[in-house]
Amino acid sequence: MRVAVQSAPFDPGAEATAFAASVQGAGAIVTFTGLVRDDGGRIAAMEIEHYPGMTERAIAAIAEKAAGRWPLSDVLVIHRHGRLVPGEPIMMVATAAPHRGDAFAAAEFLMDWLKSRAPFWKKEIGPGGAEWVAAKDADEDALDRW
Amino acid sequence: MIDVLYFAWVRERIGLPREKVETRAPTVAALVEELKAREERYALAFADLSALRVALDQELASFDAPLAGVREVAFFPPMTGG
Repeated sequence: MRVAVQSAPFDPGAEATAFAASVQGAGAIVTFTGLVRDDGGRIAAMEIEHYPGMTERAIAAIAEKAAGRWPLSDVLVIHRHGRLVPGEPIMMVATAAPHRGDAFAAAEFLMDWLKSRAPFWKKEIGPGGAEWVAAKDADEDALDRW
Repeated sequence: MIDVLYFAWVRERIGLPREKVETRAPTVAALVEELKAREERYALAFADLSALRVALDQELASFDAPLAGVREVAFFPPMTGG
């Protein structure tokens, strides 16, 4: 399992290749990459704040929870902080499992939990000023299905 | 003495990212009341607790949680990762 919280950009393709090369005995790998949207020109940049220390612990705990629920061979989570522009990858998860159903489910589980249980806060910078992104009820509801 | 940390708009409203607080508050809610009584900016930041989350020593907790033995308290809005 690898958790990386970083301000530096990452290359999702290179990360996926390295993850696949390091995984032992899996039959399926699912990767997800989240990008900064521009929302039709409304967003010029995104600033992501986080809680150093708690962030790593919270993500590791979420990944452990996933590993306890599905037979995962390996898990990768990368999440950036700092200033990002539209099109840039914000985060990535990769899961490896014997079969694809488990790899897909674990990746979705990780995404749902990271959204509202990992201490990141997004601020959108646009032509009209800067605004903190509000959490959506739907993000909280998404946890109920697990 | 405990370290109190603020993130996102809570940090902006209060005007600092962290501070040391001398308190004998038994719970998070009691600490919040002490902070609110200090100055208007604290009262504004803590006006609606339903819009806030709290972590004790980097674990999510509730506002009625006890503070005994806690070294670090963090206040922030609901998280928006992913």
